[in-house]
Amino acid sequence: MTQASFFPFGPIKSVIGKCIYLPGNDIDTDRIIPARFLKCVNFEALGNQVFMDDRKEIDNLHPFDNDNNKNASILIVDKNFGCGSSREHAPQALMRWGIRAIIGQSFAEIFYGNCLSIGIPCVTMSEPNIKSLIYKVNTFKQLLFNIDIQSKKIIAEEDSWPLKIEKESRKMLTSGAWDATSILINGKEKINITMKKIPYLNSFII
Amino acid sequence: MSCKTLYDKVWDLHRVRELPSGSTQLFIGLHLIHEVTSPQAFSSLEEKGLNLFCPERTIATVDHIVPTTNQIRPFSDHLAEEMLKKLEENCSKHSIKLFNLGSGNQGIVHVIAPEIGLTQPGMTIACGDSHTSTHGAFGSIAFGIGTSQVRDVFASQTLAMKKLKVRRLSFLGKLKKGVFAKDLILHVIQKLGVKAGVGYAYEFSGPAIENLSMEERMTICNMSIEGGARCGYINPDKKTFDYLEGKDYSPKGKNWDAAVQWWKSLSSDEDAIYDDEVVFDAAQIAPTITWGITPGQAIAIDSLIPKPEALEKSDQQTALEAYKYMNLKPGTSLEGLKIDVCFIGSCTNGRLSDLKKAAEIVKERKVAKGVKAFVVPGSEKVAKEAEKEGLHQIFIKAGFEWRKPGCSMCLAMNPDKLEKDQISASSSNRNFKGRQGSSKGRTLLMSPAMVAAAAVNGSIVDVRKIIN
Repeated sequence: MTQASFFPFGPIKSVIGKCIYLPGNDIDTDRIIPARFLKCVNFEALGNQVFMDDRKEIDNLHPFDNDNNKNASILIVDKNFGCGSSREHAPQALMRWGIRAIIGQSFAEIFYGNCLSIGIPCVTMSEPNIKSLIYKVNTFKQLLFNIDIQSKKIIAEEDSWPLKIEKESRKMLTSGAWDATSILINGKEKINITMKKIPYLNSFII
Repeated sequence: MSCKTLYDKVWDLHRVRELPSGSTQLFIGLHLIHEVTSPQAFSSLEEKGLNLFCPERTIATVDHIVPTTNQIRPFSDHLAEEMLKKLEENCSKHSIKLFNLGSGNQGIVHVIAPEIGLTQPGMTIACGDSHTSTHGAFGSIAFGIGTSQVRDVFASQTLAMKKLKVRRLSFLGKLKKGVFAKDLILHVIQKLGVKAGVGYAYEFSGPAIENLSMEERMTICNMSIEGGARCGYINPDKKTFDYLEGKDYSPKGKNWDAAVQWWKSLSSDEDAIYDDEVVFDAAQIAPTITWGITPGQAIAIDSLIPKPEALEKSDQQTALEAYKYMNLKPGTSLEGLKIDVCFIGSCTNGRLSDLKKAAEIVKERKVAKGVKAFVVPGSEKVAKEAEKEGLHQIFIKAGFEWRKPGCSMCLAMNPDKLEKDQISASSSNRNFKGRQGSSKGRTLLMSPAMVAAAAVNGSIVDVRKIIN
């Protein structure tokens, strides 16, 4: 496990690190962090518990147990990663293991939002591009990759691959506004105006 | 002329402003919380030195971790006890209404909010639980959120959201005898896939939907998320209003009339523009059951587990993983497959009408030898009503255990778990690897009637053979 020296903070314009590839479509959040580990009142212990059952049941070495992947901070996945439960414990577990960004063919929606709200960019790539990226990762196991959110590219040495990111997410990450609380609170006057228009808060209050 | 969907109308009403990032700040009318996804949100709120903006619009209950046999405090599981204690402390500190054990209103969050009338048409509803989509059955826009977003709702009663597209799923015809709401939604997920709903809200409409009771509609909307759609909804109608009338939190008197008038205006306009439409024939749907490790890996009970080559290329790898994990062979039938455990309950199918349908099957029959079968009512109210009608006696007489309300073995955060590679016939919503508490446990999702039929038969059986 990568010791997380610091968690995401402030504007996130790029993430540089080693990649770890986890194959498989539809990997759900129960697999990322089994429900029994949700019995906690803080997220601190989750890093060691990530993919616990998959790691136990797999016939060969699970990528998260492979020494080659030690200190990796960029997770590469296939399609519909993070489907199922809304548990933020899933991205929290990945983050506490050391993951700082995820590249995939597609993500489940709640998982994507949960990652964004803790400063973990989820970027997408086409299947051929991701295959080419994985080839590079497998060939040069210690190579550092740069997810450049500003220029929407993944860069490694002389190679680069285009990435896709929702424009709202890109703005939130690069401006540091991914931690939405303070921005939302600043809208209090407008919140009050909206509340005055909503029938169930005014004309038929319960 | 307006040409808006219900989703458009509710979204527009709750829109506070556009944020610099381009997403929308959306007001949340009802915030539901429980013990699992809220403690870190409270801590984070306090770390930021913030208070709840609208504590009266947050309602709490305890459901995920509660034991369903002995609920005497302190719980024998000290972690579960700690979680409930934390919820009690947080609710008391922040003046949040908590429906605790024994209050008469405790239960699974998505069962209690509708049954006491908190869930109403036209609301935006959020909860740190993906099955919040359930509340869409009333024509609300309801969706699951993560813990950081729970904190955002605490702090501002709003969320930063991106507007979804809307796909209308129309159901013509009528469900046949022995085919239930659960079969309908499993059929949809099997046909469209578990990813198809990403980026969409699902509007369920058409005569087959209008024909369903509110509880059946909740089953449908509940599983929208299993098809990838974060929210699913049904336009409110007379059935919706009849269900809500007289409930504890429903508007009363003049307010009731004003509410109904407004609710009627919310339905999608006849000329509403949808981003996508799919039409189904409800009469073609058979009892549907999952065979794999995603809710989309399902078949009609009278058909065979698909061979990999019959599946889309991108689904083949997950299918291979599923055959291995489930120890099932492609090209075979699920009928006759021996089961070990039967679970009736959950936010999908733990309501009174679900228990009634199951009770009809088990009445005058016995649970097959070697099968552990139990019923977990969705809420204290459901339990009370069921007991009033004597359903518990029917179940107990047949050999079922009659438990106390909670999420139970849907996700096995309490002591109710599968052991080793047991096979469970389950009325819940997820058949993911390890979902029901054992890393080798195998779950087959189906309607409560199909679970009841499996319990008395000892193996999977087409419920239509039992009721005919």
